[in-house]
Amino acid sequence: MHIPDGYLSPQTYIPLFGVFVAAATVAVKKVKNEVSARNIPYLGMAAAFSFIIMMFNLPIPGGTSGHAVGSAVIAIIFGPWAAMLAVSVAIIIQALIFGDGGITAIGANCFNMAVFMPFTAYYIFRLFNNKTSKKSRISFSSFISGYLSLVLAAILTATEFGIQPLIASSADGKALYCPYDLKIAVPAMAVEHMLLFGIVEGIITAIIVNYFLKTEPSSIYALRERSKNE
Amino acid sequence: MNKLQKKILIIMLSLCLITPIGILVPAFFNTGDAWGEWSAQTVRELVGYVPSGLAKYSDVWKAPLSDYTLDKKDKSMVHKSGYYLVSGIIGATVTFLVMLAISKIIIKNGK
Repeated sequence: MHIPDGYLSPQTYIPLFGVFVAAATVAVKKVKNEVSARNIPYLGMAAAFSFIIMMFNLPIPGGTSGHAVGSAVIAIIFGPWAAMLAVSVAIIIQALIFGDGGITAIGANCFNMAVFMPFTAYYIFRLFNNKTSKKSRISFSSFISGYLSLVLAAILTATEFGIQPLIASSADGKALYCPYDLKIAVPAMAVEHMLLFGIVEGIITAIIVNYFLKTEPSSIYALRERSKNE
Repeated sequence: MNKLQKKILIIMLSLCLITPIGILVPAFFNTGDAWGEWSAQTVRELVGYVPSGLAKYSDVWKAPLSDYTLDKKDKSMVHKSGYYLVSGIIGATVTFLVMLAISKIIIKNGK
């Protein structure tokens, strides 16, 4: 899901960079107000976790490879704003040091995996888990949150790829950037994330949320926020 | 650092040590790049031409450990695994420290 340099036109990556910077500015304010100092080490670990988990490429035999992102579990446990900052750091370091994801696409990649995905994950978790604190229900909501947020982020990424031939083609009809349109990009990325990578994201999310539920239930952001509303 | 944090660090360190799985398993199944992450050369093979914008921008940045390796021409899976493992440890450590520093700056200035 890491868009490389050269696949997005400036008309796409510049606005997305702007949106990302605006969102990150809000995130800094939110994290300042809602994260306590004792959680600082956790945020470092969350960012490193996201980095590591993205290294585990999984194959779809006969097709492509891909990976989980870790945004969903970070959003549930530490909140979507903290997740935004943590996953952005991982993505920016991947781009700068390892060339994984483009420099020009940093805004787009951060928007997809570090802004859109944690918020989607967080609200899906809350939607499926609004009243009961039953363990099985929390595991189920965590799985769905991880699964759907990764699939939806993949569809968003595919949409950014797929609109390129429409907005940036030469006079002879050749694409200037990503050559595949929506009809090809969206099904390709949606299906592979639905079949495999989303399931892995869901399982990871459920296992880790479960673990925190057992050891430090009071630290789970999504459950704390929920009880505030009751 | 509390007990849980220590435990998480140990688990993450163990994950770092098995990162080569992330290139060995896809190689075993002979799967290609992730969708949309092809090199300009691969795009030429796929669609018959390299889009001009893609050609212009695809090499705009020379990352020091590009593709999680020091030597892209080295095809040995053992060497690749070694580079990948070291990349994982470097990347995870740098990410951890950068996020730790950012969080400290943000949160200490807060309440």
